[in-house]
Amino acid sequence: MTIEPAGEMPISGNDDVVRVRQLVRTAAASAGFSLVDQTKIVTAASELARNTLVHGGGGSVGIDQTVGDRGKHGLRIVFTDRGPGIPDLEQALVEGWSSGNGLGLGLSGTRRLVDEFSLESEPGEGTTVTVVKWIR
Amino acid sequence: MQQIPILKIGRFLLVSIQIDLQDQTVVALQEDLADSIVKTGARGVIIDISAVDIVDSYIGRMFSTIAAMSRLMDAETVVVGMRPAVAITLVELGLSLDGVRTALDLEQGMRLLESSLGDR
Amino acid sequence: MSHLLRSRRDAVLGRWVELVTEGTRGRMTEGEVRSELTELYGLVEGALTDPGGTTAGELRAALADISRSRARQGFSPTETAVAVFALKRAVHENLDGTGGDAAYADFIDFSAYIDELGLATFETYANAREQVIADQAEQLLELSTPVVKLWDGILGVPLVGTLDSARTQVVMETMLQLLADTGSRYAVIDITGVPAVDTEVAQHLLKTVMAARLMGAECVISGIRPQIAHTIAALGIEFGDIVTKSSLADALAYAMRGSGLRVLSGTDA
Repeated sequence: MTIEPAGEMPISGNDDVVRVRQLVRTAAASAGFSLVDQTKIVTAASELARNTLVHGGGGSVGIDQTVGDRGKHGLRIVFTDRGPGIPDLEQALVEGWSSGNGLGLGLSGTRRLVDEFSLESEPGEGTTVTVVKWIR
Repeated sequence: MQQIPILKIGRFLLVSIQIDLQDQTVVALQEDLADSIVKTGARGVIIDISAVDIVDSYIGRMFSTIAAMSRLMDAETVVVGMRPAVAITLVELGLSLDGVRTALDLEQGMRLLESSLGDR
Repeated sequence: MSHLLRSRRDAVLGRWVELVTEGTRGRMTEGEVRSELTELYGLVEGALTDPGGTTAGELRAALADISRSRARQGFSPTETAVAVFALKRAVHENLDGTGGDAAYADFIDFSAYIDELGLATFETYANAREQVIADQAEQLLELSTPVVKLWDGILGVPLVGTLDSARTQVVMETMLQLLADTGSRYAVIDITGVPAVDTEVAQHLLKTVMAARLMGAECVISGIRPQIAHTIAALGIEFGDIVTKSSLADALAYAMRGSGLRVLSGTDA
């Protein structure tokens, strides 16, 4: 698997959520995603960036172009924070679960916007969310 | 932080969103709108999002809040011009915009508000 | 081996042209074959002399060209490959048998190299075919996904044939875009010509109706066959308050009423 970095930035304030969207939009457009898929991945990134800011107390995001099996191309976005972590990962992905001021869409809604979604978290250590979307 | 202008057209208020919305802008807009509805006695609010290329759950929730809030002040809210890609994404995200009326464009939105005022 | 190709050029090339011309059974003249093979011969010779050089790349490109042009002339991929393999026989017949084991090993290497080249023509042919198939599939997708205007403000989407997930998605995105572009408040999705739907397709339809609603338009689904109704009910898919009509005509009438239109017969007017 070859990976080309397309961008990286810290998430420390509200403006950064908007900047993450713009960064992902540019990366998705240049990778050749359809308009609908661009919108989906930008929306997913917006949700996750806000999570990183609100629940993780800030962190960072990295965007890569990635190549999967049978030569398909895609975009991989990794959100990392050093926040309190998520104690129960299973529960965090259950439909309708949310840790507080959300609408109850939480991570399960975001998960449906991408093709691959992985969540790693260590209580007290932080959380890493990795999402991948393949070009159709 | 940028401010979003609220325009008065007859009995309605028009909010046309032309920028990439930041969370604080969203909060400010809700407050500004509430003030404007009280001040002008407007009977309807039109939010034009034809220039908006993404709506996430936070922005989506704003539409529902504005609709609920303005209803308490006897005004109807209609969101107009949502792009197809945005609509498809919202459905996938699982956001249904409860209580928000929608129309394809400004003209149809105005007509929708006019006819709902006629009912009362 | 490259030495032999150079020193006995006329004999080997001549024999190769002869063998290949025979194989074309009159579809190409000897002159055509000769000019094609002379170029190829030069490239094979160059590639053998300098294996890491640029000639090897040129040779592959030339083979790809030949494979394509022959495919257009109606040659099968086997015939094209056999024409390349014929070089082995031409060379073999020109070996004088004095080289001993070394020459034997050399010929085996050469033979393996020519095999590789012959298979490369095969691969080009397969790739070209795959491209044609992919293009056709795409054209078919476009052809089979019409969105038509039924009336001012009313779009019609007549779906015919088996719906797969990809096709449903394409039609639905096209339809939503047209609703926005034309300001149409209604879309009638007619699935009379659809024999069956699976869960995924039913979900796509449902999501499209919800997306249209978010945009401020309404979808009416008409022509749901009993089997499909059964599938939807059995799968427990919530079709909610989506308007469904048994026929396209009923759906159109519904959309026209909703648009404030009335249909009068000539005598009423």
